[in-house]
Amino acid sequence: MPSFMGYKRPDGRYGARNLVGIIPSVTCANDVAQAISRQVQGTVAYLHHQGCCQLPPDLERVTDTLISLGRGPNVAAVLIVSLGCEGTDHARMYEELRATGKPVEIIHIQELGGVTKAIRVGTDIARRLAIQVSGLQREEVDISNLVMSIKCGASDTTSGVASNCVIGAVSDRLVDLGATVIFGETTEFIGGEHLLARRAVTPEVGQRIYDIVDAMETRAKSIGCDMRRGQPTPGNIAGGLSSIEEKSLGAIAKSGSRPIQGVLDYPAFVTDQKGLWIKDTPGREPEILTGMAATGAQLMCFSTGLGAPQGFPSMPVIKICGNPHTFARMEEDMDVNAGLVITGEKSIDEVADEVFAKILRVASGEMTKNEAIGYFSAIDIHCLGPVI
Amino acid sequence: MRDEKLALQANERDNVATVFEEGVTAGTQVVVADAAGNRTVHTVADDIPFGHKFALRDIAQGELIIKYGEEIGVASRDIAQGTYVHVHNLDSMRGRGDLEREA
Repeated sequence: MPSFMGYKRPDGRYGARNLVGIIPSVTCANDVAQAISRQVQGTVAYLHHQGCCQLPPDLERVTDTLISLGRGPNVAAVLIVSLGCEGTDHARMYEELRATGKPVEIIHIQELGGVTKAIRVGTDIARRLAIQVSGLQREEVDISNLVMSIKCGASDTTSGVASNCVIGAVSDRLVDLGATVIFGETTEFIGGEHLLARRAVTPEVGQRIYDIVDAMETRAKSIGCDMRRGQPTPGNIAGGLSSIEEKSLGAIAKSGSRPIQGVLDYPAFVTDQKGLWIKDTPGREPEILTGMAATGAQLMCFSTGLGAPQGFPSMPVIKICGNPHTFARMEEDMDVNAGLVITGEKSIDEVADEVFAKILRVASGEMTKNEAIGYFSAIDIHCLGPVI
Repeated sequence: MRDEKLALQANERDNVATVFEEGVTAGTQVVVADAAGNRTVHTVADDIPFGHKFALRDIAQGELIIKYGEEIGVASRDIAQGTYVHVHNLDSMRGRGDLEREA
């Protein structure tokens, strides 16, 4: 049975990274969180843009998503940075994260007397947390402890015949080994939802797939225009994708062939779910990467054709490039060359072997290219209602 | 670079093929491989960029355009065999808030 070297957390999960997460409870606390994170090694800040002047269901969604990010096994300890007057429930964040058994602290900028004082106090706490967790050792654990998220971005027509097929083959292997695989991008089910619904384990799950696609498409149509250029993007179109249907049919190839166990809401954290799951997310990178990290995924496999370089603060992102020309141009940002499928030099299974080996190494500590250069600050939480 | 220009027909039902070579210009002969490994030769009528599609047969306006054995859109005008197929002659059937507004 394949294994990886992970950090054991109090809840029994295993982390691929050992980070202190600095979580602003609202966008107004971002600058303090960023200053603390810049100062203290081993920390990451989640610089999102939500958390106030939103309708209650969205405030709850933001609170839940931030809690799920803090619960993630790659996060060893948490410092919540609260402004004090925000709409999110910072007290519940603190209590629920404390309940995981991790070291969790909270500061309030208004109560501490302003930004510079909060940075001072927060830096002091973050330094203590970073030292406290820095001596933890990795231990060997079975691959079934892995939660892998998958995504495709900056796609072109190579994605659907090369890189997404490679990820699909890897996904099938992980599911067969008892691990968890999560895919999303509900917008990119449009036109292919019938193929996914056929793979649902129950008629109810199948209906849920139709329902989330209908909700996403209805929201897009409510603006009264053709969705094209929003999805597919101008880049997708330049890459040869003519419609959302064509993009979707290529995108869903990355989910492989195994049964779909269920649909998770955007903030949901994976507890005991195994096998292949859907998370209801849009396709845009900051929002889907945040949603996927919130599942507790230790890493992501990300397929690209035109070359999407970004990652996520606490979730290593393995870039698998299906376009051989893009790989040649952007090798410094791409981890695996699936363009060799297009040139006929490798089979899908051969590249899947390479990705599988890479997953075990990254889960055990090897940095991905975006991690090594620190390209992972663009994150956000997907909300449904207006900012008011 | 190989001498012959290759394209892929993902499914036997498909009426378009995707070119995965640079330098496919109007009049180029393209070898289309299908999923079963069969090869047929088509002459394209337009320049086809890497990753873009051409029609494997005549497609009438209003007819479905098929790739991966599934519908990817509808022909917005008559498309002759060998012609470039993209947003100028393929309409998406989904996410069309513009059509609902007209209706």
